[in-house]
Amino acid sequence: MAIALEVKDLHKSFKTGFIPKRKKILEGIFLKVEEGEIFGYLGPNGAGKTTTIKCILGLIFPDKGEIEILGHDYLSLQAKQRIGFLPENPYFYDYLTASEFLRFYAQLFGLDKKEIDKKITGLLSLVRLEDSSDIQLRKFSRGMLQRIGFAQALINDPSLVLLDEPLGGLDPLGRKEIRDIIVRLRDNGKTVFLSSHILQDIEMICDRVAIIVQGQVINQGKLQDLISEKILFTEIILSGIEKKDLEGLGECLAADGGRILLKVFDEKKVNGVLEIIQEHKGKIHSLIPRTETLEDLFVGMVTKQ
Amino acid sequence: MKILAVANNTFKEAIRDRILYLLLFFAAVCIGFSRVLALLTVGDEVKIIKDVGLASISLFGALMAILIGTGLVYKEIDKKTIYTLISKPIHRYQFLLGKFLGLVFTLFIMLLLMSIIFLALLFLHTYTIEWAMLVAIFFIFLELCLITAVAIFFSCFSSPILSSIFSIAFYLIGHLSWGFETLLQKMKPGVGKTLGQILYTVLPDLENFNFKTEIVHHLPIPTKFFVYSSFYGIFYTLFVLILSMLVFRKRDFI
Repeated sequence: MAIALEVKDLHKSFKTGFIPKRKKILEGIFLKVEEGEIFGYLGPNGAGKTTTIKCILGLIFPDKGEIEILGHDYLSLQAKQRIGFLPENPYFYDYLTASEFLRFYAQLFGLDKKEIDKKITGLLSLVRLEDSSDIQLRKFSRGMLQRIGFAQALINDPSLVLLDEPLGGLDPLGRKEIRDIIVRLRDNGKTVFLSSHILQDIEMICDRVAIIVQGQVINQGKLQDLISEKILFTEIILSGIEKKDLEGLGECLAADGGRILLKVFDEKKVNGVLEIIQEHKGKIHSLIPRTETLEDLFVGMVTKQ
Repeated sequence: MKILAVANNTFKEAIRDRILYLLLFFAAVCIGFSRVLALLTVGDEVKIIKDVGLASISLFGALMAILIGTGLVYKEIDKKTIYTLISKPIHRYQFLLGKFLGLVFTLFIMLLLMSIIFLALLFLHTYTIEWAMLVAIFFIFLELCLITAVAIFFSCFSSPILSSIFSIAFYLIGHLSWGFETLLQKMKPGVGKTLGQILYTVLPDLENFNFKTEIVHHLPIPTKFFVYSSFYGIFYTLFVLILSMLVFRKRDFI
């Protein structure tokens, strides 16, 4: 698989304070994003996710390190011609209408007028803003701004799309819409690099992830390789049984309205629980084996670090 | 094409700025006020109208260039709109040139409106359109281009308030530095004079663009002055723009 984005030994520090002191933000980042995948870049607030993306885009200059985008130097126009970017909390020219806004960005890619008109119509319908094309961006809601931001990131039909916290601040419906668009991009052969701290979303759509803590990537790889498939515990919701009958089999977490939530840590004891339920003619409402989640992995690593 | 796209967007932004219309309104009031001043003056009324009218155009044009120019680049960084812009295939110098041209075009339109008001007022007195006034206005325009470049230069690294103070200082120094030349002529040769000459060369001399007196009083102006002032304006503006690009080239957008 060809490499869409490669970052080698990236360092960045900033001077802060009245008497300038150097504060290290990135301390040797290595990343490899393959073409056609959704790559999740995870990290707690202040870990250096946005700083990495700003370096990749040439908004800030690294102290040390190499960045290559689709085989080109990251500062070259050839590289920029093939990338799309959606910033965190998109701020746009609020005095422009949605179509004026997209037209402006399209002109920066040197597209001709006919092509621009076609692109604007297609993108506005992709992000479901076709009825708002003549409305100024200052009148847009947060979700609408995020969607028009997505449209500008796709105006050049990019091969690599960089998204900085694209799901932050959106309601569940808005998040689902954006997730669907991201997956559709991958299905169309695009590479998506997405930074986030909303782990459930990352887990749902990402092929590979990298975890950054305090300016260093502490783990990187395929999701299924990082998360162990071992069952951590089994959650059983049952009814028709006395709490005392389950003693010694697991931890009884709640017993409301005749229902009991039982957490069984030993896999072998699950069968024991099932037998007791059968004996007492009880009822199982749900039985969920919990494997390790990305959240468990993330929390574990961040705490360890 | 890319520079023009940024210029067009800058024009759209600047033309929606309320400060512009406030200044245009006051400029119109001042030009109109020249008629009242003319009534109070003994002598040639038309000359007073021309004098005050051209001075108003120059002053309010400079204020427009400074107050809008100093916010242009800063706002892009402050509002983070520059993030999406710089991530597109555009060089940083193209962005700055686009900003400059957009504002220069806005100032051209404003100058045109002020000139129409001014010439119309003159027409009511003389019943002729005084085309010669356009020569003075052309040099005011060259001066505004330079002030715009200076405002954008300061805007690349400081806040709008600080940039405005710096730009106004540039404007004032530029219009007062001719006094320095008179001082130098009276100084005896030596280290002091040499240092003074160096300082005079570095300081801007915006009086090079001031042909108001000559035009109003119909005095002859040798062609070499026109050529010198035009080149002075063009090269000084280019110099400040190049300086801005150098500052902007390696700037981190945090």
